[in-house]
Amino acid sequence: MTADYSGTQKLNYLNNGFTLKSWLLTKDHKRIAIMYLITISLFFLAGGIFAATIRLEMLTPASDLLQTGTYNKVFTAHGILMIFFFLIPSIPAVLGNFLLPIMIGAKDLALPRINLLSLYIYWIGGLFTVWALLQGGVDTGWTFYTPYSTTFSNTYVMAVGLGIFINGFSSILTGLNFIVTVHTMRAPGMTWFRLPLFVWAQYATSLVMILGTPVIAITVLLLAIERFAQVGIFDPAIGGDPILFQHMFWFYSHPAVYIMVLPGMGVISELISNFSRKKIFGYEFIAFSSIAIAVFGFLVWGHHMFVSGQSIYAGLVFSFLTMVVAVPSAIKMFNWTATLYKGSISFDTPMLYGLGFMGLFLIGGLTGLFLGAMGLVVHLTDTYFVVAHFHYVMVGGQVVAYLGGIHYWWPKMTGKMYSEFWGKISAMLVFIGFNLTFFPQFILGYLGMPRRYASYPEEMQVLNIFSSAGASVLGVGMIMPLIYLGHSLIYGKPAGDNPWLLPGLEWRTSSPPPTENFEVMPVVTWEAYEFGEDSGLDLEAARAREAAKV
Amino acid sequence: MNIPRYLGVFAVLVVGTILTYYAATVDLDFIFPGANTLVALLIAFTKMTCVMLFFMHVYWSPRLIWLSAVASFFWLAIMFAYTMQDYLTRDIGVFMQ
Ligand SMILES: [Cu+2]
Repeated sequence: MTADYSGTQKLNYLNNGFTLKSWLLTKDHKRIAIMYLITISLFFLAGGIFAATIRLEMLTPASDLLQTGTYNKVFTAHGILMIFFFLIPSIPAVLGNFLLPIMIGAKDLALPRINLLSLYIYWIGGLFTVWALLQGGVDTGWTFYTPYSTTFSNTYVMAVGLGIFINGFSSILTGLNFIVTVHTMRAPGMTWFRLPLFVWAQYATSLVMILGTPVIAITVLLLAIERFAQVGIFDPAIGGDPILFQHMFWFYSHPAVYIMVLPGMGVISELISNFSRKKIFGYEFIAFSSIAIAVFGFLVWGHHMFVSGQSIYAGLVFSFLTMVVAVPSAIKMFNWTATLYKGSISFDTPMLYGLGFMGLFLIGGLTGLFLGAMGLVVHLTDTYFVVAHFHYVMVGGQVVAYLGGIHYWWPKMTGKMYSEFWGKISAMLVFIGFNLTFFPQFILGYLGMPRRYASYPEEMQVLNIFSSAGASVLGVGMIMPLIYLGHSLIYGKPAGDNPWLLPGLEWRTSSPPPTENFEVMPVVTWEAYEFGEDSGLDLEAARAREAAKV
Repeated sequence: MNIPRYLGVFAVLVVGTILTYYAATVDLDFIFPGANTLVALLIAFTKMTCVMLFFMHVYWSPRLIWLSAVASFFWLAIMFAYTMQDYLTRDIGVFMQ
């Protein structure tokens, strides 16, 4: 908490009330974001423990640590916790919640009570799912494919399904809130094309949340109807079609990939532009490519079903559209690269994560094209190649962007500066550990190692050992921020209002921000990412001033 | 909108429900196979439109609300159309072989 010169503490959102009630019944988007941050970190930890268990089991070819049935439950729990309770809410509910109103110059989200409600729904859905996992869990994989999930699996399919169903409403409400906020709460002068690209990305994500999430809710509901009432929807024995489930599931779950990665791309746009101290190249292209991804992302789901028995003609269409949806992602990559060109790049911790994202997402995105090609995918379906691909997108893309964003905005959120030294070490450990974990899996997949089995042929052990070793490095890299960020809360240097000397609105209020975000309503007269001569943001000059003071 | 009008909409919904029941008792396959489903869906669609326009006040709402309502139907149409492109071409085989 920053002390002003008279020695009294400035009132901010953190010291404005200390009771439990002042947190649990708050309407402040910043406090809600902090509560999300804590919960999401716990889910990330839980999902990570399951991941560690998987990698331990894969250390040896035989299924010796876990029985095969338990192994099925472990990878299912890993997938469900990570996807529904960490990746999907992470950036929107934590960074989006905290920063979206500040970045557009608003006092709060448009619907603060709805925001609190979405947190409670997330808690209820999460607790319910954890309870179901503790009761005995579920062994269908996070995809719940029928007819196994409706007819054969004797695990807690419906309980976990209900948890996901409940949780879905949390993301619908968050998406709705963001859309209304961007439409109605922008400060005077904050036109659509002055919005930071993080806000554009959140907006596009919210569209996907609203249009997609109801479908997964209905799909889970139909699953329940079939499981309990024997109405033939997915089970061929009673007149249903199992592939219909895959259509409905992936109609949501492919766009859900974009719910996960689009906000990450928004964070990266901020990092790349701000840490190159240069106006982002092709602002409009990046903004509209987010919208294009949100729209076209809905037209490609059939690429998960090439070998499912789907019509080959449908496959052709989906394969073509999959190639098309790669274009807006590529537009972003090229624009970021062009932004770096002749920029004044500083390698602070957030930027290291940002650059790491660019490398890892590139590999993740390009291997996605392999899997969108109908011929090659016959060989690669359900192998570790797929596992490696989506971890490059989800972890290398989304999680790295999330960590970058947490480091970038940490001084704003807490008012404290973390150790730059340990930050850089952890960013590099994450990058190295990640590649060591998942690159071997591309090779394993190409060699034909199927996913979701507890055992594998002996000649594949060396690469699996590499992967497990990498996972432990990755684990260390991810645990470290927990320690030094926690440490900074107490011992960190006061960050000041604008530690990185940046033009965005969030850097023009105090750190941590007051409850109403700004002391006076800001009027925006500048474009996004304006590092002009007269902006007063010249890093060299500021350093000279600092030196002169000492 | 006043109470009698709401009751009017409610009456339309009740009539729709009865019609759905009646239509289900008649075999319409002589028109074309699956005609029963189509009729049931048409009635359901009409009822749903009434609910959206009047009970959910879309009729009196600004253009942006209209846009979002229409967009959600557009997305539903995407889901149906792209799913049907699978079902309708599945039996053709591989390039007519
Ligand atoms: Cu996909």
